[in-house]
Amino acid sequence: MELFELGIKAAQDGLAKGEFSATELVKSVIDRYHAKNAEIGAYLTFDEEQALALAAANPKSVPIAIKDLINVEGQPCTCASKILKGYVSPYDATVVKNLKANGFIPCGRVNMDEFAMGSSTENSGLGVTRNPYDLARVPGGSSGGSAAAVGGNLCIAALGTDTGGSIRQPASFCNCVGIKPSYGRVSRFGVTAFASSLDQVGPMTKTVEDSAILLKALAGHDEMDGTTPHDPVPDYVKALEGASLKGVRVGLPKEYLEVAGLDPEVKRITDEAIARCEAAGAELVPVSLPHTEYAMAVYYIIAPAEASANLARFDGVRYGHRSAQAKDVYSLYTKSRAEGFGPEVKRRIIMGTYVLSSGYYDAYYGRAQKVRTLIKQDFDRVFEQVDVLLTPCAPTPAFKFAELQDPLTMYLNDLFTIPSSLAGVCAASVPAGFTKDTNLPVGVQLICGGFEEERLLKICKAFEDISK
Amino acid sequence: MKIDVGYVAELARLELTDEEKAVFQPQLEGIVKYVEKISEVNVDGVEPMMHGRPLVNAFREDTVRPSLDHEKALVNAPARVGEEFLLPKIVEGAES
Repeated sequence: MELFELGIKAAQDGLAKGEFSATELVKSVIDRYHAKNAEIGAYLTFDEEQALALAAANPKSVPIAIKDLINVEGQPCTCASKILKGYVSPYDATVVKNLKANGFIPCGRVNMDEFAMGSSTENSGLGVTRNPYDLARVPGGSSGGSAAAVGGNLCIAALGTDTGGSIRQPASFCNCVGIKPSYGRVSRFGVTAFASSLDQVGPMTKTVEDSAILLKALAGHDEMDGTTPHDPVPDYVKALEGASLKGVRVGLPKEYLEVAGLDPEVKRITDEAIARCEAAGAELVPVSLPHTEYAMAVYYIIAPAEASANLARFDGVRYGHRSAQAKDVYSLYTKSRAEGFGPEVKRRIIMGTYVLSSGYYDAYYGRAQKVRTLIKQDFDRVFEQVDVLLTPCAPTPAFKFAELQDPLTMYLNDLFTIPSSLAGVCAASVPAGFTKDTNLPVGVQLICGGFEEERLLKICKAFEDISK
Repeated sequence: MKIDVGYVAELARLELTDEEKAVFQPQLEGIVKYVEKISEVNVDGVEPMMHGRPLVNAFREDTVRPSLDHEKALVNAPARVGEEFLLPKIVEGAES
């Protein structure tokens, strides 16, 4: 076994026993990067010199690939956008500080949909990422580079971010474990904002245990992010001990399982996952979340609205691209933004500006926030009855490049991941099986209540154990 | 629902080509038509949800603390003079 194939736990054990050093581990990842990245395109950039220097200075540390919207001092942070080409981070995001303080080192910048807007990584303005399980297919998105790096063994583990499914859907497409923590569990300071009421950073790993180790390092209060409460961070790794599905009440929401358009192989894999849970002693409980059908509509009002405000900072003044054609302040803004942003980002800025504009605010944004409350109340109610919800993660396995041309069809990929994002609860994608003819990985989504990561990880571990 | 894409783009300080406008127009109208689904929902008496979690004020002591070093803050400046960002002239008739 090559060192780059290891996960976090195995790498930590090897480092502790002195079987290899962090430098050897990083060198192995770099060799793999040279051998495979031209084909897979998981990384946008990889500062080998800095990675090796960090490894030499931290001989017991494990390298982590970083999605290219999380700031690491001295490294690029492009958000896969031409508007940030050449940008160098002046400081570390809190999650990066937390990594460094807990035996990890940031290594390499992985690709994504531009500003995390997309579900296939095809919206990257800077590079193409391919699914390591089938190079003709997308890795999912927006954390497609993270998923392809983990799934293709181009890293030990990676950080992703999830706004409406951007960790979970690519994890499903690339056979990874991906955790979207509850809103507020992990600091957003130093993470380029897409939709501030939804964004969360989370682990993308080869095993559930690795996700627990990484989340334990990432989570907690940060005085630089007022949305992170002081709630103590439980020992997520210890929580996995004795993980079992015996007596666990697994909610099966009909709005996710009886959907037209669900790929038959995804349905089969999900049904088999449910049967495995039952055989392992779980209690299956049919449930309903009646406002699910409105979640997509709510999301495609709230997320673009917040994005249009957040992306106003890209104006060509303090950082990022400045148009050479700018004659005055107005054209400095309009031309710099026109030249820097790609089509999906422009579309969402216009959509967001439209729903916030005078005369439309109440009908769209104001109303969407109220429907969001109803969606959250659905989850509150259902978690009085069950411990966890089990659903498909995405309606299809990985699709082919250019297969989904219409933006709205692409948006529908996040059908199952968006409601839990709106509710602010925690959710995971865990590998569940492979499609029959195409042999593509498919994950199921497990959802628990807000700040119930301990329970979620424990259930994920038990599910992983019965799915091997 | 007819959207004046050119006008909204102007509000967003985003210059669009005629081709972009022609592509975006039907796409955005399709998306708006889809999201209008929320008008079916009865929201009488429902409080809006502003965030992923109920927010409480996050207070801290009002003390002076070190902030980002000037040189670091300026390192990505597209144009600068000394410790300042250089911009095109803003006020009509003023000396640039």
